[in-house]
Amino acid sequence: MTEASYHTAPIPGAPTDGQSALLASDGTPLKTKLRESMRVSRMRAFGLVLPLLLFILASFIIPIIMLLWTGVYNATYAVNMPASAPIMQAWDGESQPTEAMAEAMVLDLVEARKAKTIGKVASRVNRELSGTRSLFTKSARRAAKMEAPFLAALEKADKDWADIETWRAIKIAATSLTPAYYAAAVDAKYTATGDFEMQGEERQIHVKLFWKTIWVSGVVMLACLFLGYPVAYLMSHLPAKTSNLLMILVLLPFWTSLLVRTTAWIAMLQSQGVLNDIFVWIGITSDEQRFSLIYNLTGTLIAMTHILLPFMILPIYSVMRAIPPSHVRAAKSLGATNWTSFWRVYFPATIPGIGAGGLLVFILSIGYYITPALVGGQDGQLISNFIAYHMQKSLNWSLAAALGGILLAIVLILYWLYDRVVGIDNMKLG
Amino acid sequence: MNLKTLVCAASVFAMSAGMAHADAHSNADLKKALMDARAAISKALESMGGGMMEKASYDFPKLDGKQVTVVSWGGAYTKSQVEAYHKPFIAGTGAKIVSEDYNGGLAEIKAQVEAGNVTWDIVDVELSDAVRACDEGLAEELDMSDLPAGADGTPAADDFIAGTLDVPCAVPTIVWSTIFAYDSEKMSDGPKTIADFFDTKAFPGKRGLRKSPKANLEMALMADGVAADEVYDVLSEDDGVDRAFAKLDSIKDDVVWWEAGAQPPQLLADGEVAMTTAYNGRIFNAVAAEDKPFEIVWDGQVWDLDLWIIPKGAKNAEAAKEFLKFSTSTQALADQASWISYGPTRKSSSPLVASYDGKPDLKMGPQMPTAPENFKNALQNDFEFWADNQDELNERFNAWLAN
Repeated sequence: MTEASYHTAPIPGAPTDGQSALLASDGTPLKTKLRESMRVSRMRAFGLVLPLLLFILASFIIPIIMLLWTGVYNATYAVNMPASAPIMQAWDGESQPTEAMAEAMVLDLVEARKAKTIGKVASRVNRELSGTRSLFTKSARRAAKMEAPFLAALEKADKDWADIETWRAIKIAATSLTPAYYAAAVDAKYTATGDFEMQGEERQIHVKLFWKTIWVSGVVMLACLFLGYPVAYLMSHLPAKTSNLLMILVLLPFWTSLLVRTTAWIAMLQSQGVLNDIFVWIGITSDEQRFSLIYNLTGTLIAMTHILLPFMILPIYSVMRAIPPSHVRAAKSLGATNWTSFWRVYFPATIPGIGAGGLLVFILSIGYYITPALVGGQDGQLISNFIAYHMQKSLNWSLAAALGGILLAIVLILYWLYDRVVGIDNMKLG
Repeated sequence: MNLKTLVCAASVFAMSAGMAHADAHSNADLKKALMDARAAISKALESMGGGMMEKASYDFPKLDGKQVTVVSWGGAYTKSQVEAYHKPFIAGTGAKIVSEDYNGGLAEIKAQVEAGNVTWDIVDVELSDAVRACDEGLAEELDMSDLPAGADGTPAADDFIAGTLDVPCAVPTIVWSTIFAYDSEKMSDGPKTIADFFDTKAFPGKRGLRKSPKANLEMALMADGVAADEVYDVLSEDDGVDRAFAKLDSIKDDVVWWEAGAQPPQLLADGEVAMTTAYNGRIFNAVAAEDKPFEIVWDGQVWDLDLWIIPKGAKNAEAAKEFLKFSTSTQALADQASWISYGPTRKSSSPLVASYDGKPDLKMGPQMPTAPENFKNALQNDFEFWADNQDELNERFNAWLAN
């Protein structure tokens, strides 16, 4: 019962400000009293939800915010090289390096070597310019013995210090809040003078991968739709006995571990695998020229379509179940052909299911990781494999965060587009 | 010449090499010292006859109820460690050992150290990663004077191949190598040189390569006619990298990429590839333990060290240190080398290595990457080059793969 239902109709002539409308037995207004008792139950409800809220906050929202923050903020240099960081940030990136810069640098190198943080700093700068890692570790070993003038002393220790590119790389690393990672995530380079320029052709990779990921997701979604729609139709129209069997056939793989299903595809598709053996046996191909069905894009597409199929079938099925058969019968009785009654009456009614299944499959496949990693070979890798690569292998977490941020933005844009075109209220997940 | 004299001579030679670089901190010195010592080691290994059993110079402490998580590369390599290190250590100390596998790299260690929840106690890493882990403060510094003396009484500092103890956080265990191998049953007149690996006309069929620029770029250049000692000079130039990628390009469509060390022997056995690069011990193990007809081509091999590191903040660091001391003692290193063909890093271990476990005819000496017969055209992985350039080269390698 809602709060409003306790109100009585205003009495003609009585004050209408509500203050003295109705009083409880102890003289307080009924409205206040009611609010008090409601507050208790509302608190209780909130208390029940609180663990979930905290859990989501701690395990989902905060990590995502931290991740997005990592993509624009990396203070490795600023924290470990406190003397030179502000000076390097203030430098314009054009003029010759000054003695003050060199002095702060030597001071920091000595301290960082003592604190054993020099390796972290060196790795950070090395990401901007290859070779600076050994330059830093080597110079740090000698820094304690260096004397003024420091610029000359550094250049004497290694001629790379005379190269302005070295100092530019340091300036980029010294700036903690930086668009450099997002620039790298779209194959651009953020320079010390604050400009963006595209990477060389042989190093461009991420933009292509984003497009490829979207393309693969689209293909998988369409393949799931074409394969799944008839199955869903059969499941909702066949007699219960047969349709239950079909349902089990759909659900069994759905319940099976993702890894098991993916490795099963390896056994099926590899060049000495079941499918190729059959092809050779019936003479479609010769033994020497077996098809490459796995460890490439084909393998990724096949395995992903199979794994994501239930996510398409189940929403469509649940929508089809709810369509009264009388609609199609009515259309036919009014003279529609089979095709017209399907296309103009039945199909439009299944669109919420198609939308839900399509969105689900698309969003799942845009972030797909394990299957392409296992069966993708070299050209079946998607953007999520590169995010994993930068998390696990290159240890460039900031770049991984920037790539993840862009991926998140793409998914949100798709969601928004879907809401505009189909309407999120129309989505039925079963 | 009697065996003991020879080993002594080898030790003296290697010791002098080590002393010449006693304060050798620069990596160039380390490299040179390694090269000097290698010659001595392979001499000793070559000549070794029956296994002389001497008492390991390590006494087990009591570690009942303690546990050590040992992380290594899995497969035949981990098995050799289980047989030579884990089993005697468990029997001797009463500690428990949890064995985990990984595929190299520092990512997991970094994640654990930064999260302050270090579950790995001791990890088997490549030299470039050991140097990097030490630089970045991911590994505990070790007191090398704690290491037991060799079985012949040589102090540890002189017993290890000169220069290999210079990374202050890591103790070396083996010398291993990236080689390529083929199935001699499927290819009777097999490849002989590294150039043959890149020649898909003369030797048709798929090629297996590790999915990493490491060793691949070097092999590509050697196949393109660059001498082993010039490889890193060429790679330091931009057009040298272009040249290596161009060579890789010539077989790109035929490549099957592998990541775990256990994959290449499997790829060969399944007939998925005609030849593949691999870690030499894995191929040896497939031949020795499973009687596979695989043949190793040593030309253009790229050799490296594996070392133990203890991640910073490891929960069982004390027990891990005991494990480290035991596993790098003379007898343990020698035992490991009789399970897999990786050369021990202690000079005193070499004479104790005899033949493959259970097969007295299968002498281990000629199977080692450092055996003179195998070492004619060999290249040592330049850890400094890779520490400096791996970010950029990995990036370029990945872009090359995806395009």
